Amino acid sequence: MCSHCSCGVAEVPRELPQEVSSASPPAPAPLPRTLAVTTSLLQRNDELAAVNRQRFAAAGVRVVNLLSSPGSGKTALLEQLAGRLQRRGDVAMAVVVGDLATDNDARRLAATGTPAVQITTGQACHLEAAMVQRAVDELEARGQPLSELALLVIENVGNLVCPAAYDLGEGLRLVLLSVTEGEDKPLKYPAMFHSADVVLIAKSDLAEVVGFDRAAARAAVARVAPHARLLEVSARSGDGMEALLELLL
Amino acid sequence: MHELSLMEALRDLALQQAEAEGAVRIAVMTLRVGSLAGVEIEALRFAFAAVMADTIAAAAVLRIEVVPAVCRCGGCGRRFAALDGVCECPSCGAISRELLQGRELQLTSLEIA
Ligand SMILES: Nc1nc2c(ncn2[C@@H]2O[C@H](COP(=O)(O)OP(=O)(O)OP(=O)(O)O)[C@@H](O)[C@H]2O)c(=O)[nH]1
Ligand SMILES: [Mg+2]
Ligand SMILES: [Zn+2]
Ligand SMILES: [Zn+2]
Ligand SMILES: [Zn+2]
Repeated sequence: MCSHCSCGVAEVPRELPQEVSSASPPAPAPLPRTLAVTTSLLQRNDELAAVNRQRFAAAGVRVVNLLSSPGSGKTALLEQLAGRLQRRGDVAMAVVVGDLATDNDARRLAATGTPAVQITTGQACHLEAAMVQRAVDELEARGQPLSELALLVIENVGNLVCPAAYDLGEGLRLVLLSVTEGEDKPLKYPAMFHSADVVLIAKSDLAEVVGFDRAAARAAVARVAPHARLLEVSARSGDGMEALLELLL
Repeated sequence: MHELSLMEALRDLALQQAEAEGAVRIAVMTLRVGSLAGVEIEALRFAFAAVMADTIAAAAVLRIEVVPAVCRCGGCGRRFAALDGVCECPSCGAISRELLQGRELQLTSLEIA
């Protein structure tokens, strides 16, 4: 209000505050722009897998990533393997096993005297390098140093799709196809079989009963995994287990 | 649920890059996804919307370029499309596994403001 006549007009002070030249100008609205980035979504996993791989190499342990559909016989195969290794007595094996839920598989393996760490993934349908890192930490914390192992098997979550994309730091990828699940599985899941170093045809004791077409299965494997070693095994009868051991050790 | 963890990885990468540039908003993200990458595009889109909520990318558009699988023949060196994931050479019939592309899961660009 004007102090002279109360007219309601605001009095303008004689001295206006001057703009200080050092004050930053108001930020301009950011301009839309495009950043070229090109980064793999799996970058973090790949970095951790490389860390795992170095750790395994330093400890001198052979690490196998064991993959298949649910129920193809991964755990049964490892139970068989554990029994044989214990009879030989000169090869120490431990297992890290991933499932969505339950620690049944780790308990089955522990019952054979094999150090086993269960990873329950909850939502994730595959193992990632970070989970393996934590599981190996746990194994060592329980008093099983990696350097005293000859073989560490990672039983992945039963799934033929996304585990293919996740490097865990393993030295060998073993993909299992059981005789009860159809000879054309490799053709339906080419990405998984592409990445296999070894393909095992499992539950061979059931081949006759289910009318398994051996030639068709071998041809399917040859189409998507022409480089892979192919073996038939049965965890039930023990057939092929010695050949598998030879290959692993 | 593999698509969900991939989209979480995308979110972390994109926010980190955008914030380093002082961005206040991400308008578009472009991905390259290989035809043999083992992901469902629809599931990616669904997970994308869920994981970007409450971030500066909440209103972002997801663009996906699908990269077809291409092999190189181990026998004669020819390059050819391998739509079903089998690297069987149409020239010489050899089967190999040298996949030149088709497994990509990459963030390639961000439009920010
Ligand atoms: N006849 C026969 N049955 C087998 C063989 N191997 C496994 N099985 C049976 O197949 C079923 C599944 O075996 P698991 O070893 O639990 O299979 P898995 O791949 O570990 O299963 P997930 O971990 O759930 O993916 C069980 O009932 C086993 O007894 C085999 O060599 N022969
Ligand atoms: Mg199992
Ligand atoms: Zn998964
Ligand atoms: Zn998945
Ligand atoms: Zn050729």
